[in-house]
Amino acid sequence: MSRDSGAWAAADDRADRGPLRAVFSMLSRGRHALRGQHILLIGLAVVAAFILMTALATRFPSMNGYHPTLYRTAPRLQGPSASHWMGTDQLQRDVFSRILSGGRASLIVAFSGLAISLVIGSVLGWISGFAGGWLDRILSLVMDAIYSFPSMILAIVLVAMFGSGLSPMIWAVGFVYVPTYFRVTRAEVLQVRETTYVEAVRAIGAGRTRIVLRHVAPNTVSAIMAVSSFNLADAILTVASLSFLGLGLPPPTPDWGYDIQNGQKYLQSGSWWLITFPGLMIITLSLGFGLIGEGISDLVNPRRKGRKHKV
Amino acid sequence: MSGLLRYAVQRLLLTVPMLFILVTVVFLLLRVMPGDPVSAMLGGKNVSAEVLATYRVKFGFDRPLPQQYVEYLSGIVRGDFGRSIRTNEPVLRELARKFPATVELAIFGILVSLALGFTTGLIAAVRADRPVDHAIRVFHIASFAMPLFWLGLMLQVFFAVKLGWLPVASRLSGRMAFTFKPITGLYALDAVLRWDGKALADILRHLVLPAFTLGIALTGLQGRITRASMLEVLDQDYITTARSKGLHERVVQLRHGLRNALIPIITVFGLQFAVLMGGAVLTETVFSWPGIASYLVLAIGARDYPSIQGSVVFIALFISVINLIVDLFYSVVDPRVRY
Repeated sequence: MSRDSGAWAAADDRADRGPLRAVFSMLSRGRHALRGQHILLIGLAVVAAFILMTALATRFPSMNGYHPTLYRTAPRLQGPSASHWMGTDQLQRDVFSRILSGGRASLIVAFSGLAISLVIGSVLGWISGFAGGWLDRILSLVMDAIYSFPSMILAIVLVAMFGSGLSPMIWAVGFVYVPTYFRVTRAEVLQVRETTYVEAVRAIGAGRTRIVLRHVAPNTVSAIMAVSSFNLADAILTVASLSFLGLGLPPPTPDWGYDIQNGQKYLQSGSWWLITFPGLMIITLSLGFGLIGEGISDLVNPRRKGRKHKV
Repeated sequence: MSGLLRYAVQRLLLTVPMLFILVTVVFLLLRVMPGDPVSAMLGGKNVSAEVLATYRVKFGFDRPLPQQYVEYLSGIVRGDFGRSIRTNEPVLRELARKFPATVELAIFGILVSLALGFTTGLIAAVRADRPVDHAIRVFHIASFAMPLFWLGLMLQVFFAVKLGWLPVASRLSGRMAFTFKPITGLYALDAVLRWDGKALADILRHLVLPAFTLGIALTGLQGRITRASMLEVLDQDYITTARSKGLHERVVQLRHGLRNALIPIITVFGLQFAVLMGGAVLTETVFSWPGIASYLVLAIGARDYPSIQGSVVFIALFISVINLIVDLFYSVVDPRVRY
């Protein structure tokens, strides 16, 4: 929900030595290295569970015995019970069956949007950082202008203009996060390009393209990894907010954000279960991505965990 | 001080191209992107070609793009944002009327985030790697992952519907809304100016839930920045020096540490403000708060094209001004910064 993930990740100081290497050596040491990385493990488990759940629910919509979109398969507006764990809605559908498949749009939009913004943003960032000069200045100014604008509002306006549906949401989310990746990669490139080894490669006579692709780009990966996890957390909220505002997928497609908007009407009459459960799902999934980002940040930069000396 | 003045002028001049770019991006997004604004505005279907053509002429969409762009820019410069399709009122006048509500909510939201984010960030940094720190960090991530609209609804259900302690929505109770005469539009301030205790109590009661919801939007980010910044500062040599002088730990942390840690926290305030405005869209919608963010949502719902464009430009202007102020303030706070 427009919590800016770039700033969020940037709130940490960066690793002092080879962050990418740190991640890989940690991972290659396997279970031993991941021991103690509770945050990262919990995050990975949560996200994996959600992806599995959504995939299964897409393949077998009625896996809990009720169909998420068929009307009149259950009593109307009934609270949680043994047969309907999360109650039923006004169209006599089982809420739990809608919860199971309601994350599909969020996951698809978040991951596809991420792919778009990551590719466009990083490439522009590499070009800008490496080329310098007027191109860098203009690109930076444009990106800063977009970055300074609330991503939530930008996404809403874009979807409103494109029309609703999956691909408008993907493009809107993708567009909104381009400046984040642009800034991260450009900053990395500016730093990496001044290092001795890049100078050495240049001295050997390597071309610009080669230097960027072989030597500069790989070193920006670790910074991008942490940012993208927080970005996914943010994107989940953005998609949910779009659906809540009625700009998401049309009904009866199950969707957490839309279901909350729908449940809002029945709050005064006490049907709390209509909004409580979809909301919990959104938080948990977003939290899962946030924990992964937090875990990666800890891995690449152990220093940020705290101070060495005790007070 | 002349250095600061020169910097202020320079910074002001830099705001102009930034704004220009932002305004141009808005124009390009709304006009050049696929989709016809006029048919979108009219609901997309069941509209005859003649009606479409009439509207196209009426709103100037029949003219060539460069001409539209020039007219759009000159309109903004003259403060002419066009007329709302829904109300037929000038968009700028409507925005100006709704603006104080958003400012008031933002101010109280920031106060909440300072209480929840800034203070917890400080505590986490001072107690780094202890259980308190871990708990606070989880709290920060959780508030970052919180869907604001859901939080707002849950608070409404619990505190307004179930317990009945606080009002569900809007800025004033029904009776009060007729008798209370605002001056500035910032109701809490107006109530103080009018020396009206009853109104003030009512206004503050209405502010509690929306301000808390909006404050949460900022809490995680602010807490995290505060913690990281404070940790970094506490690691510096001058902190060790201060400690070795035998100063009390609290003095070291607050006078030597916090003062320096504040600088990055203030620097990112401009960004935090953008986050706040994003959160305002959802908060205002849930609490029927009559501000510019809920105005934008209403305009989108009604396909009120001039209002959408006007609100986006207005919000862009607002954020640019805030960023300008933050930058100037920053140079005042940090005596090392000399321009």
